[in-house]
Amino acid sequence: MNRQGNGMHDAVAAAPAVAAATRPLYWSVRRELWEYRSIYLAPLILAGVALLGFLIASIGRALTTSDLVQRRTVLEEPLSFATALILGAAFVVGMIYCMEALHAERRDRSILFWKSLPVSDLTVVLSKASIPFIVLPVVSFAITVATQFIMLVLGTLVLAGSSMDVSALWAHASLFRESMGLLYHLVTVHILWYAPIYTWMLLISAWARRATFLWVALPPAALCIIERFVFRTHHILALLEYRFSGPKEFDMSMSGDAAGHMVHSNLVGFLISPGLWIGLLLAVAFLAAAVRLRRCQGPI
Amino acid sequence: MACIEARGLRKAFGATVALDGINLRIEEGRILGLIGPNGAGKTTALNAMLGLTSYQGELKVLGRNPWTERDQLMRDVCFIADVAVLPRWMRVSQALEYLAGVHPRFDRAKAEGFLARTTIHRNSKVRELSKGMVAQLHLALVMAIDARLLVLDEPTLGLDILYRKQFYDSLLNDYFDRSRTIVVTTHQVEEVQHVLTDLMFINHGRIVLNCTMDEFDGRYVEVMANPEQAAKARALKPIYERQGLGRSILLFDGVGREQLAAFGEVRTPSIADLFVAVMSNPAAQGAGL
Repeated sequence: MNRQGNGMHDAVAAAPAVAAATRPLYWSVRRELWEYRSIYLAPLILAGVALLGFLIASIGRALTTSDLVQRRTVLEEPLSFATALILGAAFVVGMIYCMEALHAERRDRSILFWKSLPVSDLTVVLSKASIPFIVLPVVSFAITVATQFIMLVLGTLVLAGSSMDVSALWAHASLFRESMGLLYHLVTVHILWYAPIYTWMLLISAWARRATFLWVALPPAALCIIERFVFRTHHILALLEYRFSGPKEFDMSMSGDAAGHMVHSNLVGFLISPGLWIGLLLAVAFLAAAVRLRRCQGPI
Repeated sequence: MACIEARGLRKAFGATVALDGINLRIEEGRILGLIGPNGAGKTTALNAMLGLTSYQGELKVLGRNPWTERDQLMRDVCFIADVAVLPRWMRVSQALEYLAGVHPRFDRAKAEGFLARTTIHRNSKVRELSKGMVAQLHLALVMAIDARLLVLDEPTLGLDILYRKQFYDSLLNDYFDRSRTIVVTTHQVEEVQHVLTDLMFINHGRIVLNCTMDEFDGRYVEVMANPEQAAKARALKPIYERQGLGRSILLFDGVGREQLAAFGEVRTPSIADLFVAVMSNPAAQGAGL
């Protein structure tokens, strides 16, 4: 990934005493986290909201419910709700980030500073793409698992206080199985399936002079409308819906009772689906175009 | 070895020709002032040298093609585009950390040393600093990079006199060591006159004057002729004439000082005076090429 490798060698040969080891890709990603703190703050805040809601509503309800089985259900419900909240936040933050990433540096002219440093356009674009593809999935996974764990501990305390068998809560909502399902969902949907969405937005952010969102939405919307009036069909709209809602037929992660062979057959089905590979090819093309544009573009 | 070498460098934006086939060669260890009116093509020329814009023709900077090898070239080249390009959200400490992380020739201790002489706080964000402080910060960062070529495009634009003077003083005292090359464009020519070793005028995308400052001092003479002597002085074909304090001020190219001393007070013109002369007198253009 690090294209600086060869160049480093030259620099070391030219001035062995001065050249220090550099990690352009690593520092470029750190740079993104300095500038866009919402990458980790937004999922954290929503996790906090989910926890607060859990404390106030669920525990309150659980304590006023006399039926013990129902009490357990009340305490389990918010787990998937919290997950959906955090993943949704990560998806939205990822899209907003991608529409800004290569636009903000041109808008505030700081691109002239970044380009005065020995960091290639490829490294810059890869570091920005790493936010939705690596950083956000890792962040949302960690925050989700931590939130679920805290909820389970709190739920346990409530159940233990009412002298109910707490092992049922832990067995039913197995944290480990939940986490594996979450990981599967993040990798297949948020990284692989959404790849063309994120990279399309990165490309537009590198290209548009203003109104990035409009340019992101306009071409697909125009295609939908043209198709609607010329052919009286809705294929493009259906394709877009399918892309955003995720490959549901292959995604069993959200149902907690996936058996081993189910995971296997789902994964194989997902990996041989043309939708996945067409999307990934598009993503690579969008990224390559973004790298080329980054080289040509100056401040706006 | 030439630091920058261009042959037939051309760049057009639609119908507007920004660079019209420039040939130039800048040796290492020089401080070149690139002077020209607005829209003359100065910034386009610098952008081409820095790999910020594509171009036609041949261009080599430190032996590299800037358009295809920008990232490698930037190990040896620094530039300050103008005062407002440091990202406003960045903290001073983050800028130091980032540069140390990506630039093999950046000496963090040196930058800290330069910053210690200013009132810039390590924890401040760029947006909290005054314009002058941002320029100080950028200069401190750039001077801590052991580069072979430094390019400055209007580096002191919008700064007050104190900051401007300080800027060039530290550049000369703390940075320039006769092995580095500096290329600077500015409209404040009087401030760089004593700094430069080479001078280049550019207009309509062409180089209209190119000389060393030694040649400049030897060739160009300005005489403040008394009214009765003015006609005689005019016979020696000055390249420019203006009126000042009731006397004619005539600018000559390659006419002996002794000869001119007969007509009045003789002095070396300022770059600004020569600039006006060259820009308003097409006959004087091409001088020194």
